[in-house]
Amino acid sequence: MSTRLFVVLAVAVAVGLATAVSPYASASPDGLENVATDNGFVEEGRLAAIQQDAPIPDYAFPGIENERVATGVAGFFGALGVMALGYGLALVLRRRSREGPPGGARAPGAAA
Amino acid sequence: MADPVFALHIPDGFLSGAVAAAAAVPAVFAVAYGLRVADRELDDDRVPLLGVLAAFIFAVQMLNFPIAGGTSGHLLGATLAAVLLGPWLACLVMAVVIGVQAFVFADGGITALGANVLNMGVLGALLAGFLVGAGVRAVPLSRTGFLGLVGVVSWLAVMVGAAITAVQLAASGTVPLGTALPAMLGVHALIGIGEAVITVAAVSAVLAARPDLVRLAPGRFVPAPARQAEVAQA
Repeated sequence: MSTRLFVVLAVAVAVGLATAVSPYASASPDGLENVATDNGFVEEGRLAAIQQDAPIPDYAFPGIENERVATGVAGFFGALGVMALGYGLALVLRRRSREGPPGGARAPGAAA
Repeated sequence: MADPVFALHIPDGFLSGAVAAAAAVPAVFAVAYGLRVADRELDDDRVPLLGVLAAFIFAVQMLNFPIAGGTSGHLLGATLAAVLLGPWLACLVMAVVIGVQAFVFADGGITALGANVLNMGVLGALLAGFLVGAGVRAVPLSRTGFLGLVGVVSWLAVMVGAAITAVQLAASGTVPLGTALPAMLGVHALIGIGEAVITVAAVSAVLAARPDLVRLAPGRFVPAPARQAEVAQA
């Protein structure tokens, strides 16, 4: 399988899960939240000032009434955004100390 | 939904300033080291892989699965990242995911960001990198043996993260250690099973498609003709 095909398939799986499956994920409180509720410190949790204006709070895309759709849209953009950020970071890190562009000529077997 | 969703992520307010700072120091060092060695660790194939894996871990972290007692859990992904990319690039992937979750999705605190990166990312990635690497060097593992090792280590990585979280909560005076530790370990012993199942399934899929992209897999898992084909393709 070529790297390109592998990447396309893997991104499709990730974006598909984030968009189509996440709306049906369990809504029960999870590990830490459950422990915090049982032991009476859940109320101490709060949002930082900067998070009051978070673009997509609670994984619900703003302005969409239907909760499942809002979660799916949030997942779609979240997965693509994280992908772009990770890829961009890797490109920058690789370019930094290399003379040629990434993917350009390099010594064979250098990665071994 | 007025209440913040906490997920496994520590929100602000659970940790004291001193504990949050103490957790942030090793997290920053690990990420900084990851940035430093990234150029050496990244070959052409792994540049897109870093983004793909970040997207996959972000996606699967949204998929809370139900466990006993009206509780849910989700993949953390540090072991998966470490097995595919090596421990230091895994620290970067986890920091990207957890950072986006905090700033864009208000999931996990800002002052607690270092603790979350440490507990869910760095500790698991380094532990998995060390244990899987040591296992592969020590024993000539079969494919099944390798996947079994990955499964056990991914469960362990979740337990270590849960234990450290309990210690941080106790050190912050939020909840006594005698209460927090058994509670966190009890819940995460089950969540860890989900972590192991998903991690083994994902590693198994990549081993089948592109064994050369599983960084910590034994070298002989990559057939020689495939290696040459990759070189020719590059």
